Amino acid sequence: MEDHDQSLLKLRFPSQADRLKMVRGAVSEAAKRCGCTAEVARDIVIAVDEACQNVIRHAYGGASDGEIILEIRHTGDEIVVFLRDFAKATEVAKVKPRELDDLRPGGLGTHFIGEVMDEVEFMPSPPDGGNLLRMVKRIA
Amino acid sequence: MIYRIKDENGTTVVAFEGEVDLESSPEARRILLDCLGRTSSLLVDLSAVTYIDSSGIASLVESFQNARKAGRHFALVAVSGSVLSVLRLSRLDKVFTIYDTLEDGLARAG
Repeated sequence: MEDHDQSLLKLRFPSQADRLKMVRGAVSEAAKRCGCTAEVARDIVIAVDEACQNVIRHAYGGASDGEIILEIRHTGDEIVVFLRDFAKATEVAKVKPRELDDLRPGGLGTHFIGEVMDEVEFMPSPPDGGNLLRMVKRIA
Repeated sequence: MIYRIKDENGTTVVAFEGEVDLESSPEARRILLDCLGRTSSLLVDLSAVTYIDSSGIASLVESFQNARKAGRHFALVAVSGSVLSVLRLSRLDKVFTIYDTLEDGLARAG
């Protein structure tokens, strides 16, 4: 596949649950436009949606005036998602999926992200604070 | 998300439609727990749900656990493909009682 790097989508939106429907629609459209199958597009939508929820619920603690920046790039045979917030730095060691045998409501979002994406990592905290999550889906 | 509630010979059927996400899942949770407080048998029709996230799944898990503690029948029916794929991601397709159709669920609930 030709080696290239193209921005597919860049969105800036507040930390509000009612914005996620719009975000999911835009992510799905961007993924399909660059040739992703419906299944791959669905996986990327799930990962972005769950990661945004983590930011809204945990990083911003439910505050509705936080800012989230989403960028999706098509690089070579990868779709790379960057999710930026400006909340207090996340304690990465505490971000882990729950055991699936531990049947209780909640705690599944991080598990879903790990299941549908090929790479998930918190990048070093940006100089102006907050968090930067990088997620990769290989599409070759 | 929209929903309909109906009684089928003593079994309560809640049918959700559309997207059950972070915005709508608190309402889904409230509806399911309210119904469980008023019925001994609850079927959740997910045939018209086009998207469900982890918060929507959490509402189903909490309802399932409440029903089990109270000795009430709780099952999912006619689960759409998009919901089933998310249940499989969390292996909850092996935990919930799931019937292929509403008719199957009503027959077993009766």
